[in-house]
Amino acid sequence: MAQSTADTGTDSERTLTMARAGREAVFSEMRRNPKMFLIGEDIAKLGGVFGTSIGMAEEFGTARVIDTPISETGFIGIATGAAMAGMRPVVEIAFVDFIGVCFNAIFNFAAKTHYMSGGQFKVPLTFMIGYGGGYNDAAQHSQTLFATLGHVPGIKIVTPADAYDAKGLMHSCLRDDNLTVWMVHKRLWGLGWLGFPLPTALATVPAHDFTIPFGQSRVWREGSDVTLVGLGLTVHNSLAAAEQLAAEGISAEVLDLRSVVPLDREGIFRSVAKTGRLVVADEDYMSFGVTSEVLAVVAERDPSVLKAPAVRVAYPDVPVPFSRPMEDFCLPNVERIVTAARATMKKGGKR
Amino acid sequence: MKPTRDQRLWMYEAMYRSRRLDDAVLAAYMEGKTPVFHMGKGPLPGEMHQSFGQEPCAAGVCVHLGADDAVGAGHRPHHVAIARGVNLKRMAAELFGKRTGLSGGRGGHMHLYDAGVNFFCSGIIAEGMGPGAGMAMARKMTGKPGIAVAFVGDGAANQGAFHEVMNMVGLWKLPFICVIEDNKYGVSVSKKDSTAVAHNADRASAYAVAGEYVPGNDPDLIFEAAGRAVERARCGEGGTILELETERLHGHFIGDSGAYRPEEERKAMKDPIPSYRQRLLSDGAVSATDMAALEARIQSQVDEAMKFGRESEYPGASEALERLYA
Repeated sequence: MAQSTADTGTDSERTLTMARAGREAVFSEMRRNPKMFLIGEDIAKLGGVFGTSIGMAEEFGTARVIDTPISETGFIGIATGAAMAGMRPVVEIAFVDFIGVCFNAIFNFAAKTHYMSGGQFKVPLTFMIGYGGGYNDAAQHSQTLFATLGHVPGIKIVTPADAYDAKGLMHSCLRDDNLTVWMVHKRLWGLGWLGFPLPTALATVPAHDFTIPFGQSRVWREGSDVTLVGLGLTVHNSLAAAEQLAAEGISAEVLDLRSVVPLDREGIFRSVAKTGRLVVADEDYMSFGVTSEVLAVVAERDPSVLKAPAVRVAYPDVPVPFSRPMEDFCLPNVERIVTAARATMKKGGKR
Repeated sequence: MKPTRDQRLWMYEAMYRSRRLDDAVLAAYMEGKTPVFHMGKGPLPGEMHQSFGQEPCAAGVCVHLGADDAVGAGHRPHHVAIARGVNLKRMAAELFGKRTGLSGGRGGHMHLYDAGVNFFCSGIIAEGMGPGAGMAMARKMTGKPGIAVAFVGDGAANQGAFHEVMNMVGLWKLPFICVIEDNKYGVSVSKKDSTAVAHNADRASAYAVAGEYVPGNDPDLIFEAAGRAVERARCGEGGTILELETERLHGHFIGDSGAYRPEEERKAMKDPIPSYRQRLLSDGAVSATDMAALEARIQSQVDEAMKFGRESEYPGASEALERLYA
């Protein structure tokens, strides 16, 4: 399961899905570093619910690709202890929703140990996590939860939007000496059973290893009238919105955060100072979320750069509903972003 | 195997050192907290969970451990840290929140870490189980010698983490020992009011690990049972739940009078240190003169550590923002 048919090209000039690109980084790091191992549910025989570890048990053996019981608190604690003892564990958590059952092991121990020990114990630990909705999986398997993790000091969080970033950010996470969380939107991943991947999520990916610095946003499309900030899937929604806006004569810049923590505050402000207008799109809940933090960047630095009030296009503060019309209504889709951008272009913005 | 004379004296030293430190900490803790008790006042602020009565558990287990092994403790860690050989001066300084402390003042008494002796803590009940088992797993995976021991209380055996981790310890035959210090109380709720089984060691059968219950809070008996558990782990025979009956002679933390405990129960509690001291003297393991010299030496170590902690400088306030990431 979970293998895409979208991969094309040769080794030197390859267009990959995010799934292939991310896996390639893990394979490479596993070959490079014997201290690294994978641990989680359904990763050895199945290759990961989302295909994150296809082929790895075959190459590295089940001593390094370890299927666990359904015991997230237990195996995340174990992975943390192994990391403190010099190993480099990679933990697969298929759905971010599942951090609910093991959050203490993450936020009270793994994230805090380096600080609480005064730097004596490093925790080089990476989580690979799927998130996001839009395929009618309802309230406990569709959440995004950037803010839930991002609120806790001591965790670095990235979310690639295409295959190039999927590989580069995975290498960055796996080589970092801290708790890093590599989060991918399930609909970008390139899973056959979630439809053909968005063409904009495919990318030409070098065969060699490369890293992307944490906290460095990426401008996907330059523009002069309004900045559309997104991350993960909302980057692609923002790109589609920018196309529509261009047809109306509105020039939108699309900024991909790439890192939730650390956040590229300079990059956000630079773009907004240029365009004077800001729309932030995120599939996480609105209140106390990524969208709030992006607005805070502008409010704290210089709100006078804004020609109109900023607009947030986030998930309403309700659990994810099952029924298709209700879920579609809640998602930060292209139409909501276009409407928000148009509102900022009117004098005084959205009121 | 019974402890040798040297091992018995080592255990007494570890217990006595912990006791004298806790005595000194109690005195310092109360400074600035009378006539009105305020947990945040005085040179030693914050919650303070002391080890009075539980010293034999740490001494009887840690006497078997070497440099390759790892030890985790919980929210009541002083006796375990001391028996493990954590740097006493830097530990005292950490209790005072000083820059010279183990964590430069970032941890405090529930979060003592000394990487030099593979020692860590977690102040959340049972959450040291996973990291402890993970340290055991790292040793097994890399073929390095060493085992890991996590000390928890009887209350921890009712937490999910305990059961999840013990299942994996049994499944993967990890060189891991869960030491349950059964002081019969989880804060104010007694074990008989919280736990379906009389002995948590009986739960070992659910995880295909060895289980042993040791009554009496007696260092010599704990030594023997711990020796069996350590041997199993070192030989690759897997994990053990080692449940040790002990006593919490004081309240859950300083300021807790323990009024919820029946009077007869409190009167029946026995301090394990004077009785062990007497046994060592009666057995001829140590002369009265040598015992006095040993105790004087430990007292001066504790005095020196407390002085070091008290007189060390506080960290710069903005050092709070350092060491979040490696």
